[in-house]
Amino acid sequence: MSTRAASAIRHPDEVVCAVRGLTKTYPAVRGRRGTPATPEVRATDGVELDIRRGEIFGLLGPNGAGKSTLVRQMTGLMRPDAGTVEILGHDIVRHPERAARILAYLGQESTALDELTVSLAAETTGRLRGLDVRQARRERDAVLDELGLTPLAGRTLRKLSGGQRRLACFASVLVGERPLLVLDEPTTGMDPVARRAVWSAVDRRRAEQGTTVLLVTHNVIEAETVLDRVAVLDRGRVIACDTPAGLKEQVAGEVRVELVWRERAPLDVPEVAALRERAVESGRRWTLRLAPDEARAVVATVTGGAAFAALDDFTLATPSLEDVYLALGGAARQGLVRA
Amino acid sequence: MSVVPAEVLPGGARAVTGTVRATVTAELGPRARLWPSLVAVYRAQLSRARVARIPLLFVATFQSVGILIMMRGVVDGGSEAESVVAGSAVLVVAFVALNLLAQYFGQLRASGGLDHYATLPVPPAAVVLGAAGAYASFTVPGTLVTAVFGCVLFGLPLTHLWVLAAVIPLAGAALSGLGAAFGLLAPRPELATVLGQLGMSAALLLGVLPPDRMPEAVRFARDLLPSTYGVEAFARTFGADPDWALVLGDLAVCAGVGVVSLAVATWAYRRAAVR
Ligand SMILES: Nc1ncnc2c1ncn2[C@@H]1O[C@H](COP(=O)(O)OP(=O)(O)OP(=O)(O)O)[C@@H](O)[C@H]1O
Ligand SMILES: [Mg+2]
Repeated sequence: MSTRAASAIRHPDEVVCAVRGLTKTYPAVRGRRGTPATPEVRATDGVELDIRRGEIFGLLGPNGAGKSTLVRQMTGLMRPDAGTVEILGHDIVRHPERAARILAYLGQESTALDELTVSLAAETTGRLRGLDVRQARRERDAVLDELGLTPLAGRTLRKLSGGQRRLACFASVLVGERPLLVLDEPTTGMDPVARRAVWSAVDRRRAEQGTTVLLVTHNVIEAETVLDRVAVLDRGRVIACDTPAGLKEQVAGEVRVELVWRERAPLDVPEVAALRERAVESGRRWTLRLAPDEARAVVATVTGGAAFAALDDFTLATPSLEDVYLALGGAARQGLVRA
Repeated sequence: MSVVPAEVLPGGARAVTGTVRATVTAELGPRARLWPSLVAVYRAQLSRARVARIPLLFVATFQSVGILIMMRGVVDGGSEAESVVAGSAVLVVAFVALNLLAQYFGQLRASGGLDHYATLPVPPAAVVLGAAGAYASFTVPGTLVTAVFGCVLFGLPLTHLWVLAAVIPLAGAALSGLGAAFGLLAPRPELATVLGQLGMSAALLLGVLPPDRMPEAVRFARDLLPSTYGVEAFARTFGADPDWALVLGDLAVCAGVGVVSLAVATWAYRRAAVR
């Protein structure tokens, strides 16, 4: 998706954003009548990151890992309990209001623009980013055109489909140039065409302006295809950080086998019954992480004999970032999506 | 499920480069200036109000017209009729500027919509004033309709209706500042809605009913309500020979309360934007 040519303009030594010891605990809430008490949650726990100029840096983790909390602290929206955030030489914890003049942020939910037309949402955001009317309108037209939104320009965001609305919010992020884009799950609900529009718009800005991108995702495929580096987040902690390829090398000795049964697993076949305790089950799907020769043996078993009648589909794949996450001790067994 | 200590992880979990970092510094982008961003917010809010709030404006107007018709049977002209007409007209402002704006900011805050504004370099006053101004100007048609209908119904002169040109923005400022502050300070959006409704009910009961029949304590509460001064200013102009000094005095109180309540709303916005 992302044109790798853009990697050439990365500046490996220039740190755009440095995070040190960032910690945030949501306080416990005492239960009222009818609502149970919630314990305190340490949403980010001593997070350290260096994001370099021109890279697409990803935060990958399952629901509740603390990704949004982390980026909200990095964008000055939330005061951390401890730790520092420095973006392009500015201390964001001490001067949170400066963040708005350095970065553009796409929140996970954006409701502020819901009742505006696509065109007015983009224009207003540009004006509030400091552009004058003429500039704001020119950039609005260019961005809507670039993202293929021109036919929808006069429609109200609320009346668009989920993916179209997300794309319109992304458009308003791009009006008024910023050296750092912070995008919290920008492509949620988007079809492949819209996703491609997003990534090529990002790549163009990287190539032309050296724009840096901090991207939150829980989509493994997206992480593997668009990210230069990725920090894997689990329960508020960074459990790994490297290029996607570098991370996958850590589990290079493994093969992932997925078996999909027609109705249910034929547990009367002893080899299948023996596999069960090593499988992660999700409905009719079993996922196994095995050494290559074990994997071959499993495939031979299920494609021959009694088990084959019960088998709907199977795949054999090299490890993905999901396997890395699990191998590193990630707590959520099925928290990441492949789509 | 064990927590994996960072130092035992293969490859190291630290995302920080060990070598000396060359941190680049950047110029800050421009700040959006107050006036242009206020205008931008105002325009955007007006357009969303047009889409979403027209039915509610009808409700507000019908409510005030209904009250006028009801009071027609109770009040028989004179200064009481003047208060009823002025009170019903200003009630439209209270409904939209106080009640609806409290709801809007309450929901915006609860749904994370404030993040959008908080990550743009826009002065807090521009967001609050732009929204307040849009809601206040949205009340103009309803207030006019109510005032004209009331004058005709009670046989009051239409001569000085132009004073609404001052009453609507000043009462609008005072009430919408209050509404925005309610919305931004209420810990939960339902509470913001309740506060807005209560403020509206207060404006209804204390503004529309003729003050002469009220007990002392209620009259004191009436004096505390910012919309009262808008109502009084407007009511005074129905007389044959209005005392313009008193009208101006009432409008000045309205303006003063407006400045204070908008300042409180701006402070509340700052507080709500960074949690
Ligand atoms: N306002 C809040 N009050 C209390 N706890 C919260 C609050 N917001 C988030 N949390 C908790 O903090 C943890 C981290 O939440 P966060 O929203 O950062 O996760 P996330 O990684 O962005 O998840 P997702 O993929 O679902 O967006 C979760 O356990 C969540 O329940
Ligand atoms: Mg999130």
